[in-house]
Amino acid sequence: MTAEPENTAIPIKVTVNGVKHEAVVEPRTLLVYFLREQLALTGTHVGCDTSQCGACTIHLNGRAVKSCTILAVQANGKEITTIEGLARGDAFHPVQEGFREKHGLQCGYCTPGMIMTAAHLLETNPDPSEEEIKHALEGNLCRCTGYVNIVESVKWAAQKMGGKNVSR
Amino acid sequence: MTTEHISNGLIGASIRRVEDPLLITGKGCYVDDINLPGMLHLVVLRSLYPHAKIISIDTSAAKAIKGVVTVVTGAELPEHLNINAQVMFPGQKIPPHPVLARGAVHAPGTPVAAVVAESRAIAQDACNAIEVEYQALPSVQNAEDALKPGAPLAREELDNNICYTAVKKGGDVDKAFAQAEHIVRMHIVSPRQVALAIEPRGIAANPDPMGKSLTVWLSTQGPHRVRADLAGTLGMPENKIRLIAPDVGGGFGSKGPLYREDVLTCYFALKLRRPIKWIATRSDDFVTTIQGRDQAMTSELALKKDGTMLGLKVRVVANLGGYLQSSTAGPPQRMMAMAPGCYQIKDCHVEVVGVFTNTVPTGPYRGAGRPESVLNIERLIDKAAKDLGIDRLEIRRKNFIRPEQFPYKTGVGMEYDSGDYFKSLDKAMKLSNYQDLMRQRDERRARGEIVGVGVSTFVEPSGGAGFESGTVRIERSGDITVITGSSSHGQGHETVWAQIAAEMMKAPMDHVTVLHGDTYISQQGTGTFGSRSAVVGGGALATAAQRVIDKSKRIAAHLVEAAPEDMVQADGGFAVAGVPEKKVSWRQIAAAAYSGKIPQGMEIGLQETCFFDPRREAWGYGAHVCLVSIDRETGAPTIEKLVLVDDCGVLINPMIVEGQIHGGVAQGLGEALREQMIYAEDGQVLTGTLMNYAVMRAGDMPPLTLGETVTPNPFHPLGVKGVGEAGTNGAPPAVANAVMDALAPLGIDHIDMPYTAPKLWEAIRQAQSDRA
Ligand code: FES
Ligand code: FES
Repeated sequence: MTAEPENTAIPIKVTVNGVKHEAVVEPRTLLVYFLREQLALTGTHVGCDTSQCGACTIHLNGRAVKSCTILAVQANGKEITTIEGLARGDAFHPVQEGFREKHGLQCGYCTPGMIMTAAHLLETNPDPSEEEIKHALEGNLCRCTGYVNIVESVKWAAQKMGGKNVSR
Repeated sequence: MTTEHISNGLIGASIRRVEDPLLITGKGCYVDDINLPGMLHLVVLRSLYPHAKIISIDTSAAKAIKGVVTVVTGAELPEHLNINAQVMFPGQKIPPHPVLARGAVHAPGTPVAAVVAESRAIAQDACNAIEVEYQALPSVQNAEDALKPGAPLAREELDNNICYTAVKKGGDVDKAFAQAEHIVRMHIVSPRQVALAIEPRGIAANPDPMGKSLTVWLSTQGPHRVRADLAGTLGMPENKIRLIAPDVGGGFGSKGPLYREDVLTCYFALKLRRPIKWIATRSDDFVTTIQGRDQAMTSELALKKDGTMLGLKVRVVANLGGYLQSSTAGPPQRMMAMAPGCYQIKDCHVEVVGVFTNTVPTGPYRGAGRPESVLNIERLIDKAAKDLGIDRLEIRRKNFIRPEQFPYKTGVGMEYDSGDYFKSLDKAMKLSNYQDLMRQRDERRARGEIVGVGVSTFVEPSGGAGFESGTVRIERSGDITVITGSSSHGQGHETVWAQIAAEMMKAPMDHVTVLHGDTYISQQGTGTFGSRSAVVGGGALATAAQRVIDKSKRIAAHLVEAAPEDMVQADGGFAVAGVPEKKVSWRQIAAAAYSGKIPQGMEIGLQETCFFDPRREAWGYGAHVCLVSIDRETGAPTIEKLVLVDDCGVLINPMIVEGQIHGGVAQGLGEALREQMIYAEDGQVLTGTLMNYAVMRAGDMPPLTLGETVTPNPFHPLGVKGVGEAGTNGAPPAVANAVMDALAPLGIDHIDMPYTAPKLWEAIRQAQSDRA
């Protein structure tokens, strides 16, 4: 959470979706609130207060991370990708496309986190089995879809990416 | 349909959703994404006690924190700021439900003070600085306990814990029982569940500079209904509030009613003339958002020896919690209305006792009384089959309402529209390879495994709760605007409504824009719950569209100087029958409609609104089959197969229907296997976070096999029935029956859900030691 920074404010530098930002944050500000409230990147969601739901998942230096589990100051000097930075211009990332093709979302609230987690999975494991997909999504909760079509969406994306590691 | 139209295949097609591009790119707009200049933040201090007197509240330290704008307790708020429940049953008691506790708290999570500050963090700091002195009072959590003599009073202002009793009956149940050759008796409790929309509740309010009107963004399932309640509580004209449901991150029934924090946010916004936001934490959500189920059902089913059902008596003790929300009394009513399920039982007596306890209020949660009811009758019929030594399919078929009996009036006074329960059961048998499943079960049992097969056959009413509205407008350009009173929170209305309109108007789907979720845009509406949108909202849209088509036909005829009877719908407009080149496009029709080149006496413009009320519910149904195995060493159950055959009438978008079934099943399996809101003996919440309330994760989902039968709803313009709750209604009883079938050889008769490993392990151990 952010509060008016006074003498406690700490300067940080982060690169988010390719854009460099210099900001001051309270020491207690969680990364997710920094992204949402200071950078207005509201695609990253908050669904819990115990780091269970995964709605806040982003990429930090290329790894999928729950942005509610770390402080903004811990991101200092790091590179972040959020859901807003995943598509290339108007071209969806294959995982985004997969979610649309396979009806992998209903209310859409868990979706950014799901997509970020899945995108990271496919970068590290381009041709995952169903079990591996489910395992990778273990930290992301969805209450709408029953996960059936989320798994299908990730499979679709893996296929679309040709089992190859499409780095970004 | 009264007008012929050539299908362009949109109804019935799995069209990708119009909603998705925004949501998959993080550009959706949920309530917490709304930030206005100068916005303040509300945080609420809650009681940890389930039941206590408030001795004192000291807010001085909180007020002294920089950035705090106001700190308020219940005593400092106007007395009219209450949540007002509807009277649903004669004699129902409605104790006060103030938005901030006045003198006492009756459930954990009850707000005792509110802080408004420049940031959420400051408001939270200030909350932490408030000192409250409580005097704990005896509390009660279990509804059946609350009825026992000498039980603590959950609401000390009442003289017992009963909120209401209600009865639905038909026929002559005493006579039926007098003729009984066998009576099955059971006591079944449905576990209390949390709706757990992944987006917690939230609200943002922006007052006009004079403090006379308000714009409100609320994560809600029914903007108009909640606006009416909000206006009533605030004492404001309803039309001075613009209520917007932006993107809503799931609801499942829980985002229907008006909540205390909604009132507080709006009250402070008006008072301080500043925009304010309140967003629930997950922990807030666990103790403030209505919870579901928690009905204890004591039943007797009278039968003949051949399995013919004669009569049914049910007494439901429904746990209502410590306060009434507008909809709290709803689910038990639903339970009653479908107690005989899909069977011919004309002699019924169903009684509900609604009980106050010191727990979070209950209310509609996906299924809302349906899952309880199906569970009850499906466990009863399985037990009857077992007792009488009759095959469970045979006993079901013997008692099914037969296809030729529809419309069928049940023993509790409901009229079912249509169905073929034999067909759906047959389909489920086929899809599951039932005979093979049973053979496998027996072989594995012979090897010492604990394996069971369960079946549930069920009905599920959808629609209900009055009207829904729909408007169809052809713009000057010929584009089609659809306005619905039924707002979406994941159901894909923008896609489905566009499919219906485009098919009916014979226009491309991208010429249709669907507007919803804003009281300034749409006429009065009811909302999205109870599997009602396609039925009631879809009916309103189809009727309005038909009226536009009828008027347009006359305009088109006028333009080509033909008789209206000679006009037929053609791609993109109308044409003279048999002369396809004599065509009038929607654009030409619209131009005429707005410029007055229309038949004499016709009103200018091209827009129609329908308030649709089918005045009856649509009764979907299905048959589910489950194969379960239980690990003898750990008690852990594994669902190896789950076959779901559902009939929701005509399917508009099969992909979306499947998604609804998947989601419902996941929640149903949560109920069957692991989810339960647990209160300790002293009333403390033991499962108030996602660390200890266990929901289904991706890896927990068993393989699902879906199938369908299609019985068009004869009383509906589109032939549809609802489906949103199918999974929560049919799947848990199939699992329950499978688990009990697995444990039957051990002599275990019944265990209540959820079937957690420790619970089953204990039951198995007990049964084995009893036998030893
Ligand atoms: S908000 Fe980060 S895991 Fe739930
Ligand atoms: S789509 Fe609603 S929580 Fe996943």
